[in-house]
Amino acid sequence: MRAQFVLSEVGIGLRRNLTMTVAVIVAVAISVAFLGTALLFRSQVQTMKGFWYDKVEVAVFLCGPGSDATGCATGPVTQQQRDQILAELQAMPEVERVYYESQQEAFEHFSEQFADSGIVENVEPESLPESFRVKLRDPEQFRVIAAHLAGRPGVEQIQDMREVLGRIFRVLNWFTLAAAVVAVVQLVAAMLLIANVIRVAAFSRRRETGIMRLVGASRFYIQLPFLLEGALAGLIGALLAAAGVVALQRFLVEDVLRREFTFVAFVGWDEVWRTIPLMLATGVVLAALASAVTVRKYLRV
Amino acid sequence: MITFEDVTKTYPSQLRPALSAVTVDIAEGEFVFLVGASGSGKSTFLRLVLREERPTSGRIHVAGRDLARLSSWKVPALRREMGVVFQDFRLLPNKTVAQNVAFALEVIGKPGHAIRELVPGVLDLVGLQGMSNRRPDELSGGEQQRVAIARAFANRPALLLADEPTGNLDPATSVGIMKLLDRINRTGTTVVMATHDAAIVDSMRKRVVELEGGRVVRDQSRGVYGYTH
Repeated sequence: MRAQFVLSEVGIGLRRNLTMTVAVIVAVAISVAFLGTALLFRSQVQTMKGFWYDKVEVAVFLCGPGSDATGCATGPVTQQQRDQILAELQAMPEVERVYYESQQEAFEHFSEQFADSGIVENVEPESLPESFRVKLRDPEQFRVIAAHLAGRPGVEQIQDMREVLGRIFRVLNWFTLAAAVVAVVQLVAAMLLIANVIRVAAFSRRRETGIMRLVGASRFYIQLPFLLEGALAGLIGALLAAAGVVALQRFLVEDVLRREFTFVAFVGWDEVWRTIPLMLATGVVLAALASAVTVRKYLRV
Repeated sequence: MITFEDVTKTYPSQLRPALSAVTVDIAEGEFVFLVGASGSGKSTFLRLVLREERPTSGRIHVAGRDLARLSSWKVPALRREMGVVFQDFRLLPNKTVAQNVAFALEVIGKPGHAIRELVPGVLDLVGLQGMSNRRPDELSGGEQQRVAIARAFANRPALLLADEPTGNLDPATSVGIMKLLDRINRTGTTVVMATHDAAIVDSMRKRVVELEGGRVVRDQSRGVYGYTH
């Protein structure tokens, strides 16, 4: 009886204000979609960091035939120079491991990474530098390596790959932040909209609620329909947003990005399924909260 | 049933109290007219009984409860022990007569089978048999007020408050409403009716409490409306 009464009141309320209800649902959907996107973008950046930082830290490029750096005045790196540099790197306490990447290996990695882009046809193994890939015990110790090897015969360039990647990640982090800011602004706007819708609903049903007060209806009967109205609109909006995120993962990440960019790790369904409950909870809780505050203000018991 | 002890009520924006030092005792089963000019404090009296307002000072007891100590979540339980009727009926225009009465029972959590039993009985009592499917705009003013009384009385409250219930009705119709209120009073329900309809008060010969400027100036059993009109 109770549940039936409350639910029928909710239905009446939502239908009476259909256009406003649609506006609320759309507003919640957009804001929650931005929230989900921001969260997944953050996971994406984490995933990429884990993927790349694990592979590269410092690259010591060695002189090739066409190098014109100061250390390359004597021409391409010699076997003696190569052994000397390797021995010194291995002797340094900051270094955890050293890999040697020959021109042929560099070419293979390159071909793998840009397999679909056609650029490979214009590149030959000889045009790529050979290098030592150095993994540090503490990645912050890059400067020690750089200072030690800079200008050394046979060394063309020392690159902190974290520095290079760091620039990319800074840009990606800005995207994340921008999405988060939009999400927050949209959520606030959605909450204000919900508050307004509930206020209008409370006003249009003031005759009913007035009678309910006088005959001694409890807060449950008077206020719950309005709370549920807000929460239900929030839930529908959040579900739409979740559907949007699933579609984005399915059709953009899985179908396009993952196939096109095989050398990049992308967020998987795990992260998506973990994000969706958070999105739904945010939509419902914030909508219910906005309704509750409004109901307390405009509906005395 | 209702006890006012030295009750004063001053509204925040006003200097003069709406009620001042009012002491009244209304026993169970009584029929009391509350008379006085507009602004004399009749409505404030009823609002205090309903606990729509709290007194500035003094003590109020209604149906065995000390209203000063009644926490706000117990107010609905208090209001279930009283029915209220207004000059403007306050019916829901999109519901039928029966639905209007049933609504008041639904929202206090009465089960459906109880509602189906109670509604026809109370509509018979107020003389609206056969009209349960009409809508308020198909009824005369007197009939609408009977619906309002049925709604107020459906839960068999111990106390019925009526704020100018005949204010919108012609004299002949008013007599019918008064007969109905008298019948309800005879079932043991306490009735408090605010009015300035002198003819009705004079004809009923019930207890009269007269307010003037917020003070009780007369409390007379089997009284008449007064001398000033």
